[in-house]
Formats: sequence, C-alpha cells, structure tokens
Amino acid sequence: MSAGGDIAGAGARAARVTPRWLKQARRVMASRPASILIYLAVIWAIVATALNGAEAMGYNWQWYRIPRYFFEAVEGGIVLGEIPWGLVGTLALSATAFLLATFIGLIVALLRLSDLIVGRWVARGFLEIVRNSPLLVLLYVFYYVFGPIFGLDRYSASVLCLAVFHGALISEIFRAGINAVAKGQWEAADAIGMTRWQVYRYIVLPQSVRFMLPPMTGEVVNMIKSSAIVSVIAVAELTTIGRNIISDTYMSFEIWFTIAAVYMVVTLIISTGATLLERRYTVRD
Amino acid sequence: MNPGASSIIELTGVSKYFGPFKALDDIKLTVRTGERVVVCGPSGSGKSTMIRCINRLEEHDEGKIVVDGIELGEDTQNIRAVRQDVGMVFQQFNLFPHLTVLENLTIGPIRVRKMEKAKAEALARQYLDRVHIPEQAGKYPAQLSGGQQQRVAIARSLCMEPRIMLFDEPTSALDPEMINEVLDVMVELAGTGMTMVVVTHEMGFARKVADRMVFMESGRIVEVAPPAKFFSDPDSDRARLFLDQILEH
Ligand SMILES: Nc1ncnc2c1ncn2[C@@H]1O[C@H](COP(=O)(O)OP(=O)(O)OP(=O)(O)O)[C@@H](O)[C@H]1O
Ligand SMILES: [Mg+2]
Repeated sequence: MSAGGDIAGAGARAARVTPRWLKQARRVMASRPASILIYLAVIWAIVATALNGAEAMGYNWQWYRIPRYFFEAVEGGIVLGEIPWGLVGTLALSATAFLLATFIGLIVALLRLSDLIVGRWVARGFLEIVRNSPLLVLLYVFYYVFGPIFGLDRYSASVLCLAVFHGALISEIFRAGINAVAKGQWEAADAIGMTRWQVYRYIVLPQSVRFMLPPMTGEVVNMIKSSAIVSVIAVAELTTIGRNIISDTYMSFEIWFTIAAVYMVVTLIISTGATLLERRYTVRD
Repeated sequence: MNPGASSIIELTGVSKYFGPFKALDDIKLTVRTGERVVVCGPSGSGKSTMIRCINRLEEHDEGKIVVDGIELGEDTQNIRAVRQDVGMVFQQFNLFPHLTVLENLTIGPIRVRKMEKAKAEALARQYLDRVHIPEQAGKYPAQLSGGQQQRVAIARSLCMEPRIMLFDEPTSALDPEMINEVLDVMVELAGTGMTMVVVTHEMGFARKVADRMVFMESGRIVEVAPPAKFFSDPDSDRARLFLDQILEH
C-alpha cells in the first residue's frame, strides 16, 4: 500500500520534471562552442548556395583584386585605397547630418512640448510630412527642388535631407526621454524659480540622457545605413565608391559583399561601444 | 499672533477647476508675516491645490492671490519673483537625483540667484548644518534615507532664502521612525520666525507650532481657529468628526 503510493508520487514528480537527457541536450545546444558551430553551419550553407549559384551562371570570382581597393602600395609606402576613403566620406556625411539632426530633433521636441500653440502645430506638421515620406523621395525633393531654389549643392542637399529625416525620428526620442522624467522634478525646479530653459538645461535633459542614449545610438547606426541612399545623386561616399568600382571592373559580387561587410563592421563597432557606454551610465545611479 | 504685522499671503475669492470639477471654492485666507498656519482636512479636500496655488504650481481660475506684495497672474516674471520668495517642500521630496546633495542645494542660488559658486556652497553647508546632515554633502539622494532626503529638500528650499515656506504633507511618505527628525527641523524653523503654511496630519506638530488651524473640506475652508480652540472645541461638526477620526489612530 505505502510502496504503491511512493511509486505514484515518483511518477508524478517525473512527469513534472524535464528528463535529464533533454536538459543536458539543451545545455549543450546553448553552450558557446555549439552556438558557434551552428552559426558556422548556417553561414556555410548560405555561402555554399551562393557560390553554387554563381558558378552555375559562370561568374568569374576575382577576390584577389579586392585588397588593392583598401590599400595600395606605392613608391615609398602604402596609401589608403578607394574603399577606406569612401568610408571616411560616409562617416563625415553621417556625423554632420547626425549633429544637425540632433539639433533639429531637440528643437522640434521642445516645440511640441511647449505652450505655444503655433509651435506645437509647426512641429506636428513637420513630423507628419517627414514621417510619411519615403527617404528617397525626400532626397529627390531636397536635391531637385530645394537644390535649385536655395542653391544647394549635392552634398548640402544630402546632409540636410538626412538631418531632416532623422531629426524627425530623433525628436520623438527626445520627447519620450523628456516625458520619462518624473513630474515632481519639474515642480521642484519651478518652485525654486527656474526659467523653463533652466529647468530643461539643468534638471530635465540631464536626466533624460539615460532614457535617450540607447535609442540614440540605434539612430546613429540607422543614419550610417541610410546615408548610402545619397549614392543615387552621386555624393562621394562608400556606396557611391562601390558603384564606381563596379562600373570600371564588373566585379559586382565581390564589391557588394565587401561594401556590406564594411558597413557591418562599422555599425557593429558602434553598437558595441554604445552598449559599453550604456553600462557605464547605469552604474552611476 | 501679532495683529500689527502685515499680511504676506492673501487669497481672496479664489476658485480652481479641474475640468468641470471645482477643487477650490471661494477661498479666502490671509497669512501674516511670521505666522504659522497648519492646514488639515480629509483627502481630496483641496489642501494641496490651495498651497500649490500660492507659488502657482497650479493656476487659479477666479479670485486674487497676492504674495509678498506681488499679484499672481500670467506675468512669468512675477511668478518667478514669487517663487524665489516662497520655498516648497513636497511629500515625495523631489530631490534632483542626478545631482549630489550639495549640488541640489546650490543649483538654485547659482542659477536663479546668480550667486558665486563658493558663496553658494558656503550657504549650502550652513543649511545642511541647520538640518543636521552636514556629513552627507557629497552623496547622491538615492544614498540617503527618506528622512534625510526630506531634510535635504528643506535645506534646498532654505538656500533660496525664502520669506515663506510651504509644506505639503512633508512626513506622509516617511517611515514612522523618521517622521520626528523632519518635524524637529520644522519646529526649529518655526523658531526662527519663518512664515510657514503646512499641510499635515501631524497634530502634535500642529499643537506645538501653529498660530492658526485651517480646516478644509470639499474645496472650501470650513473653519479657521487657534489650535487650542480647534482641538478642544471646534465650531463645525465636520472638523469635530475629522479630528475624532485622525486622533483615534
Ligand atoms: N491635476 C488634477 N486633475 C484633476 N483633478 C485633480 C488634479 N489635482 C487634484 N485634483 C482633484 O482635486 C481635488 C483636490 O485635490 P488635492 O490634491 O488638493 O486634495 P488634498 O486635500 O491635498 O488631498 P490629499 O490629502 O489626498 O493630498 C481632488 O478631488 C483631486 O482628485
Ligand atoms: Mg495633498
């Protein structure tokens, strides 16, 4: 009688508990070496398929010609090739546009949160127009319409277009960050007689940084990626360089793989840096 | 009470609406310089709304509010002038979490009063002494106990050298063992002759420092009386009922 009860109890327990082999299998699958193996297998499968396809269409791989687009040996040393220069162009363009976008974003966010009805209305209109236009169309408007009207060259038009497009997104990041600061902070700052500007400058914005940092670094990465679009109006940057090299050499597979890899390396470095930065910020309080 | 003293806060016919809801109804209250007024009443009776109107954290819809000779209206210059003269202590402390205790105290004098940093820090240390936490100057608010935080908040207000101090339930968010350290500081402050308007349910404190008790209900001031009379023999049944309820605990 009591023995039967024990067995039933053990059975019930076994049903609830995951079997040992399954647990072990899960642990192995989640381990780092297993993950790397699985990852490599997937990559290999993709690459193999691509290579097979390329072979089937008779593509003539010329990877050996790629390194010279990174570094060139000249008399007396080594100089940077076209691709690093393209990357410099991309980074300069993105950085300029991002600074401007941050400025626009802050202004639009403050307008939206202000007491000025006209200000709120202007900010809303700006947001709706920008958010509902494709980036490519916006670029054409800046280059083909605002360009001749305001005398913008292709570079300025590109910077402004990217700044306006990302400025709209950044303004939402600012707005959310500002709203995330407790209402009591406003009241305490108001109560000691601060002006609205002082409240933002010394009390609210410093506290919003913590909320804004993760989406802002995401926005940096987005900016770098969307800056590629200016290649359609032939502004000198990474993607444009890629197109130029291909029109000279017809190595489209190698060059596009390479350009994509360069973008990826840069954005991965930025994301990793951002994660470290965020960690430091969270430790502080 | 000194009948000769001039009035420093004057509310006449003040009403305030939240949408259709009338939170303050024809409030009339005069506070004289150096007077200590304790405001009490049931939850939702408009106590916070009334004292927040005094430094215009809430805007009144009808009537007139004059603080230290300045009428509160749309003029932001006036509002800031009044706010520099009126310190406010909140139930939730509302310290600036990204600033150290010392920076919490000096930011007002430096940014609003345009005081030199060294002078502001000397002033801040003096007030930290006054609230008995001189040793916490370098810490961040989150590293302090609730009672210490509230005392820092009081010191922060005092650093603006206000003529009036408003307190909105300054001890309600505190653990019981920390209430007295804050009340002690407030009693000491009353001893310096500061004009104080205090919303609180700490009746021991009220008995000790109040010149007048103000009892509110449903957005109205129902009774104003000296504490001796208010606690022993209030005129209104509402106040009597309220006192019975809170003195039971
Ligand atoms: N921002 C607001 N919007 C709408 N209604 C509000 C707002 N602030 C206060 N009220 C309402 O006004 C009334 C008075 O609120 P108030 O905070 O002044 O009361 P109180 O006497 O301080 O109460 P308590 O003891 O709970 O703090 C309440 O009914 C409250 O719901
Ligand atoms: Mg209240």
